[in-house]
Amino acid sequence: MEDLLSEYFAILVFLGIAVGLSVVMIVASMIVARQHPDSEKLSAYECGFEAFDDARSRFDVRFYLVTLLFIIFDLEVAFLFPWAVSLGKIGLFGFWSMVVFLGILTIGFVYEWRKGALEWE
Amino acid sequence: MVVQALAFYLFAAVTVACGVMVITARNPVHAVLFLILAFFNAAGLFVLQGAEFLAMILVIVYVGAVAVLFLFVVMMLDVNFAELRAGFAKYLPIGAVISLILLVELVLLGAGWAFNSETAVIASSPTPPAADVHNTEALGMLLYTKYVYLFQGAGMILLVAMVGAIVLTHRVRAGVKRQRIGDQVARSSKDEVKVVKVQTGSGI
Amino acid sequence: MTELPVMMPASPEIFLACAAMAMMMVGVFVKAENAYRVVSTLAIVALVFAGGLVLHVGGGRQEALFGFFVVDDFAVFMKVLILIGSVVALIMSEGYVQREKMDRFEFPILVTFATLGMLMMVSANDLLSLYIGLELQSLSLYVVASFQRDSIRSTESGLKYFVLGALSSGLLLYGCSLIYGFSGTTQFDTLALALTGDDTSKGLIVGIVFLIAALAFKVSAVPFHMWTPDVYEGAPTPVTAFFAVAPKIAAMALFLRTMLGPFGDLVADWGQIIWLVSVASMLLGAFAAIAQSNIKRLMAYSSIGHIGYALMGLAAGNEEGLKGVLIYLAIYLIMNVGVFACILSMKVQNRMVENITDLAGLGKSNPAMAVLLMVLMFSMAGIPPMAGFFGKFFVFMAALNAELYALAIIGAVSSVVGAFYYLRIIKIMYFDEPVEAFDKVETMGLRGVMIVSGLLTAVLFIYLPGITDPATAAAASLFGG
Repeated sequence: MEDLLSEYFAILVFLGIAVGLSVVMIVASMIVARQHPDSEKLSAYECGFEAFDDARSRFDVRFYLVTLLFIIFDLEVAFLFPWAVSLGKIGLFGFWSMVVFLGILTIGFVYEWRKGALEWE
Repeated sequence: MVVQALAFYLFAAVTVACGVMVITARNPVHAVLFLILAFFNAAGLFVLQGAEFLAMILVIVYVGAVAVLFLFVVMMLDVNFAELRAGFAKYLPIGAVISLILLVELVLLGAGWAFNSETAVIASSPTPPAADVHNTEALGMLLYTKYVYLFQGAGMILLVAMVGAIVLTHRVRAGVKRQRIGDQVARSSKDEVKVVKVQTGSGI
Repeated sequence: MTELPVMMPASPEIFLACAAMAMMMVGVFVKAENAYRVVSTLAIVALVFAGGLVLHVGGGRQEALFGFFVVDDFAVFMKVLILIGSVVALIMSEGYVQREKMDRFEFPILVTFATLGMLMMVSANDLLSLYIGLELQSLSLYVVASFQRDSIRSTESGLKYFVLGALSSGLLLYGCSLIYGFSGTTQFDTLALALTGDDTSKGLIVGIVFLIAALAFKVSAVPFHMWTPDVYEGAPTPVTAFFAVAPKIAAMALFLRTMLGPFGDLVADWGQIIWLVSVASMLLGAFAAIAQSNIKRLMAYSSIGHIGYALMGLAAGNEEGLKGVLIYLAIYLIMNVGVFACILSMKVQNRMVENITDLAGLGKSNPAMAVLLMVLMFSMAGIPPMAGFFGKFFVFMAALNAELYALAIIGAVSSVVGAFYYLRIIKIMYFDEPVEAFDKVETMGLRGVMIVSGLLTAVLFIYLPGITDPATAAAASLFGG
């Protein structure tokens, strides 16, 4: 356990540096930079657009479809990692069980393709 | 050891703080960003437990895909969040009662766990020590052989998810002009071009 | 660990999975106009064949796939009921689906996947296989509920079902994790050995309570029934017909197997919860249905009530109670497909109608259907000699023999109240001013289902052992081993 965690020590240090650096940047800009906040600076200039507005509007559902299909294949790939690591020990049966799993999702992939869900038009 | 304890308290504190921010943040986009931070810290907690694979999955699947989808939905749906929040004060008493009940249950469970004589036996039985087999490999050795039924079942669930996503959202739009490369390549000049001898002055 | 697992007992499931994937390929590669018809036929054939395999594998306790999967007489009985429900639902849906532009080939495929999930639930021998089967089933059901994606009501019902279903799955997982944490195993057999009833830790009880809450949601028992009326009303009618039979039976099978299998010795702990849930379901089913005007909503409340009666047998917690539940579910299946065949035929000038008042004058305009509906309603109300009476009879007997007198009395009272609204339908059909007559029953399949269901309901009393014998064997298999 100790050995395992010591491998992650570099990442912990890295995280520390990242947090420290961003804190320094924010604090420094608050201390060093000149600041004269004024509400006029944020308001629209003459006939211009509102500087800060709600960006939300209804989007085409196709965007979601693409993301959903991505998540599914993402999960599929996640299953490959432990398989790759332990392939030497799980033998032929382990190998073929993964192939069957990939086969199931390939059926899904062919289905998507033929349905035209992968095309944007 | 001290570093480990410090890291644990840091990750745990940030996770809890982020959890609070997720439900109290005014801007829903900020809420999702806090959720992502909470996922990261939970991944850190997993690593401290020696569960590397779960930590990695949390980052890849939850941060990389699920949280991005959340962000997508929050940013692209035209929902009036002020309106959604309107009932907050009204439902607060009920919510408080339910969270109190859950808290009592958690305490009871914790106490039951701490004073259970068999705890040590149960907790140590299933996992091999991290020094012998590391976490990802231990999972791999079970998942594809002993748990093959559940593994293939999970494959079927993903397949249904695919079918469902397409059934509910995909529609074929009429009147879209597509490039059909196969047709283009298969075209031959014989079918499309006609050479006509035109007599001078007579037209076609 | 490279040896092959035992797979033969799971052959119906493996076949169904392969068949569903093959149907997906057929669906996308045949011409779009034919796809629905071809795939729907294939699905019916596949489900019937899977039924054959179930019977071929047969009873007698067999474990498979490293002990995650189990087949016994109980599983065979339940699987046959589920497959009948799915096949009948597909046959009944034909006309409606084509008329309402729902004829996309994914519909039969999703029904097949849902059925696969149900079979996996019935054969679960581990908390994990329970969860995987349940999710496969639920996910397919969420999609079919909102299959008419251009209808607001259908999408709304799918969304409601999904959100609440996800919540209940969360409860289930939480309960499972507690059970695992406090016992160190998820395997049903090991759990049954470990939990002998004396000195059970409190954490484990909390876990079981969460599990019961989630399962009560899936069978739509009070107080987790809120989704049922909305989903039944909003979903396309053939989907409602499917929901009312197959998933109910599967969830009930899961309920019985988990409660009586691994937690069988703790009946003193969970029996009172089931008692309460059963009483609440029976009473709500009886009283809330009175105010309904939409027949699909009425059927939703009626199904809540029926689940209450079925749970009465589980509350008894012994072999006789289990036998009662099994008989009840079989009869529930027979009656319900008939009623939904009638609802699917409620069509005036090619437009579906769903109000109870639309049935007025059916006795004159379509006497055959009126007689059929009358038989079914008498049966639903539990009036002898219809089939429904025997279903109620066996669970009531079980409750009385287990000395649950209060439960039996409340059940009797609520079935009297329930009889009111079933009889009201008969009154509307025969004594109210006629409204527009219904169109002719459109497909042979629908007509066949109606006739078979009506006949079975009416004459079951002649040959009762046809149902009670397999039910007795099934009940014995869960308690014997």
